[in-house]
Amino acid sequence: MRDQRLWTWHLLAGLVILVFLGLHMGIMHLDVLLGIFNPKDPHPVAWANVVERAKLGFFTVSYIVLLGAALFHGLYGLRNILFELGLGAAAKKGLNVTLTVGGLVLFVFGSWAAWAAGALAKTL
Amino acid sequence: MTAPANVTFRIRRFDPATQQEPTWEDFTLPYTAGMTVLDGLRKIKETASPSLAWRSSCRMGVCGSCGMFINGHPRLACNTQVTELGTELVTVAPLPNFDIIRDLVPELRPMFDAHAALMPHIIREDTAEMQEPTGEYFQSPHELEQFLQFTYCIKCGCCMAACPTVATDPAYSGPMPLAQSHRYNADSRDGGFASRKRVLATEQGPWKCHYAGECSQACPKGVDPARAIQLMKRQLVFDYLKLYKQPCPSKVVAKVTTITRRPDVPEAPAKTI
Repeated sequence: MRDQRLWTWHLLAGLVILVFLGLHMGIMHLDVLLGIFNPKDPHPVAWANVVERAKLGFFTVSYIVLLGAALFHGLYGLRNILFELGLGAAAKKGLNVTLTVGGLVLFVFGSWAAWAAGALAKTL
Repeated sequence: MTAPANVTFRIRRFDPATQQEPTWEDFTLPYTAGMTVLDGLRKIKETASPSLAWRSSCRMGVCGSCGMFINGHPRLACNTQVTELGTELVTVAPLPNFDIIRDLVPELRPMFDAHAALMPHIIREDTAEMQEPTGEYFQSPHELEQFLQFTYCIKCGCCMAACPTVATDPAYSGPMPLAQSHRYNADSRDGGFASRKRVLATEQGPWKCHYAGECSQACPKGVDPARAIQLMKRQLVFDYLKLYKQPCPSKVVAKVTTITRRPDVPEAPAKTI
């Protein structure tokens, strides 16, 4: 049942990425027109706008969800590619453990970075 | 292409008992009208190389025995006219992605093992009715359409030979077994989805399919295994999300006995067995 579960989550992670990619495009490329998320400066990556967005819990959560979805989606895809090299059972198991541990480490580090940026922004 | 005067068959030969590596051997034959690749192989065996080995049976694209790698594509030798290849040189090799037993004979056992593991038969709880039918399982024309094209598969192995995933991943069941599994999952008379899912939800299932579509291109019977695999993926994803509920297998209905034959339709011949 594991492959059925992983594939389904792979698809769901793809959908999450699609939604957040749309949000990213809206904020970075359309918001010059809309001005919702960039209240301080017309340019989306201006320091004042970045700080303003980082103060919002919505963005902190968004960064963490996107990070999790992108890591899972990408690492599962990488796993499938590497499995097609004709690996033995031991190598497959080792690869599963490596990718899972690596993914979790990156997720924890990235989540901490997103949370810390939000906390820092609130002090500015 | 206009018919050539002569056709050269370049055939890959391999006898594991005496050879380490396959070799190529050329045979030139005069072209005869309507010559198929299988006709050429027969002529070569009769006149030049009695030891040449291949599988064939029906000679009419029905049995699926003579799948071969002809001019770089998996095809049925009996169904391939020499003129349709557009060249006077016909290269013939055994189907890729299989071990070779000898010359043009591939070892198809792994394919049929994967096929059997996916339970390609009707599974129902009313086994007594299946053994001793008292009526017929009802099936509407629409329900029949859901799987009909997949029943045309002749298990020739051409799709397996064309599949890039089968070439690289020995755990993957391959297009033929998966398409045949879907054929029964999609059959309204069947109730075996849960049983098949125990295999399909694992590494043997459809997950490694890249949707290259080569299997559907190669199929000599026009079956679309790539479509079956994508439908199967959708079914399994919905099942994981608890959005798929297999309908109850169709009910038994009494055999129709009230229909009278139209006067212009002759009776069927008497049974011979």
